[in-house]
Amino acid sequence: MKKYFLTSTLAALLTLGGLSVPALAGPEDVVVENAWSRASIGMNRPGAAYMTIRNTGDEPVTLIGLTTPLAMMPEIHETKTNAEGVSSMSPAGEIAIAPGESVALEPGGLHGMLMRLQEPMTEGETFPLTLLFDDGGEVTVEVPILGIAARGPED
Amino acid sequence: MRRRAILVYGAAVVGAVALMLFVGWWRVDGPGAPAPVGQRPVTLTEMDFRLTDHEGNAVGPETLIGRPTMAFFGFTYCPDVCPTTLSDISGWLDDLGDEADEMNVVFITVDPERDTVETMAEYVGYFHPAIRGWTGPEEQIARVADGFRATYERVPAESGDYTMNHTASVFLFAASGRFVTMIDYHEPKEFAVPKIRRALEEEMEGAT
Repeated sequence: MKKYFLTSTLAALLTLGGLSVPALAGPEDVVVENAWSRASIGMNRPGAAYMTIRNTGDEPVTLIGLTTPLAMMPEIHETKTNAEGVSSMSPAGEIAIAPGESVALEPGGLHGMLMRLQEPMTEGETFPLTLLFDDGGEVTVEVPILGIAARGPED
Repeated sequence: MRRRAILVYGAAVVGAVALMLFVGWWRVDGPGAPAPVGQRPVTLTEMDFRLTDHEGNAVGPETLIGRPTMAFFGFTYCPDVCPTTLSDISGWLDDLGDEADEMNVVFITVDPERDTVETMAEYVGYFHPAIRGWTGPEEQIARVADGFRATYERVPAESGDYTMNHTASVFLFAASGRFVTMIDYHEPKEFAVPKIRRALEEEMEGAT
C-alpha cells in the first residue's frame, strides 16, 4: 500500500513536471514551476496566475513586473486577510528572491493579477507570461488555464 | 466667601466628572464607539433583509431557518479570494457527500452594482450545485452585513475599476438560526469539515 502511494505520488510529480515546463530561458538561474490560472467569464473580470518561482543561482534576483499579450495591466498583487477576517488586495511591489529560495504565488497570497484582459481565458488553453527582473532579465512561462473552480495546478 | 469657593470648586469637580462620564459613553457606547468588528453575528431570526437569489426568488433570513446554513460574502469580479473560497466550499461539500444535501449554502455579493441576478446565476453555475447566489439593493446588502457583523468596502483599483475589501470568513448557523462558528479564509479542510459537521449535528439535537 505504502509502495503504491509512493509510486502514484512520483507519477503525479512527473506528470506535473511535464505540464509545468520549467522556464530555463533568460536568467538561467530562475526556474518557474507549477504555473496555473483559472478560466475567466468573459473579459471584464481580472484573472489571476499562480506559480512557484525558484532562484537556483548564487545571486539574489528581484522580480519587478510581468508582461503578457493576454492582459494590458498584469501586476503582482498580494491578498492579505486581517485579524477580523477581512481580505484586501494591493500591488506587492518588487519581490526579492534570495539564492536557493523560492517564492510561491498561490491563492490567498501573492498572485499575478491580470487586469484588462484582451481575450477571455479559456479552459484547456495556455498563455505566455513573462517575468521581468531588475537586471533586465526575462523569463517566459506558458501558463495552463484550468477550470474556474480549480484549486491548484493539479486540478 | 469660603462657602462660595467650595461651591465653585464643587461645581468644577461635578462638571469634570460629568465630562469624563460623557467622554466614556461617547467612546464606548455612543457615536464615537468603534465599528463592531470581531463580534459574533446575531441569530438569523433577529436579522431583517430582503434579497433575490440567482433564480430570481425573493429570499430573506427566514429562507435559511429549518436547515443548517453556510454563508459567506464575496463578489464575482474578485480574482483570488472568492473563487478560492467557492472552490474550497465545493470541496468541503464533496467531502460531506449526502450529509451536505440538507444544508443551505449561500454566497452573498457585496458588489450588487456589478453582480446582478443574471451575473450571480452564471457565476455560481461553475461551482457546487448546492451553492446559491444572493444579491439585492445596496441598502439591503448593508443590512445583511450588519447582521453578520461583516464588513465590506469599495476600493478604487489602478485599472480604473474598483475592487472590494470584504470579510472572507465562512459563517455557520444551526437549523434554528443560531450562529455556531466560522471558518477562516483558507482554513484547512481537516478543520473546516468537522466544523460543518458540528453545525449539522446541532440540527439533529434540536430536532429530537
